[in-house]
Amino acid sequence: MAADPLSATFAALADPTRRAILARLSSGPATVKELSAPFDMSGPAISKHLRVLERAGLITRGRDAQFRPAQLEATPLKQVAEWAENYRRFWDASYERLDKYLKTLKEQEKKNARHK
Amino acid sequence: MPATNKPGTTTFSTPSDREIAATRVFDAPRRLVFEAYTNPKHIPHWMLGPEGWTMPVCEVDLRPGGAWHFVWRRGDGDEMAMRGLYKEVVPPEKVVSTESWGGEWPETINTLTLTEDNGRTTMTSTVLYPSKEARDAALKTGMKDGMTQSFDRLAEYLQSLA
Repeated sequence: MAADPLSATFAALADPTRRAILARLSSGPATVKELSAPFDMSGPAISKHLRVLERAGLITRGRDAQFRPAQLEATPLKQVAEWAENYRRFWDASYERLDKYLKTLKEQEKKNARHK
Repeated sequence: MPATNKPGTTTFSTPSDREIAATRVFDAPRRLVFEAYTNPKHIPHWMLGPEGWTMPVCEVDLRPGGAWHFVWRRGDGDEMAMRGLYKEVVPPEKVVSTESWGGEWPETINTLTLTEDNGRTTMTSTVLYPSKEARDAALKTGMKDGMTQSFDRLAEYLQSLA
């Protein structure tokens, strides 16, 4: 997996619960117990997701044997975000222009209808 | 499911490990959105990406087996081109086409679907890569462009995936 970190990142991100866990961790480290409550999931279920995230290098776990708080690792997500930013920049800019363009098309149609 | 009932927001997602999808709502009937998306008279007016690009070549032969060819040009002469074939054309709701950037880029299959509700159109554009490896390779190539991205956007990005 080390040869292709982005694939591991995407595999880990493919699950909505794991994405939600990452979103939660983006505001600070949390223990399994703290993560269980908002997601309405058992500790073991959360731990399983955390293991996948840890293997993908997306989080690290603290050394404290009992609580082992999970915290976000910035680099792999930054790589995904960089790619996504590139892709979305092209289409966001295009779609914004399309919004305006559709408006002029609608106005033209209205005008043409009146002239008939 | 992404909450995309409002016009003006694009939601990006990875529906499978071979796909990348974009969803957006436009405040126009789908007949018009389909026109804007497929008629070469309209495409160069909006499909331009960031400021500074023009689209000097926009050829569209909109029928199954027909070819399309787009070329973008920047003020400094930099050019970008892509081409492909239409596989399925169902006005005004669906277009399936192949897309190739040439060189080492993998050929993708792109599906555009348009649904209309109350005069508004929900557009979903899905790009299917031949393999997970090809998609991830495309992701890496995209990253080579040297985009710098602030970590602040992360939460926003994760929300768009959720």
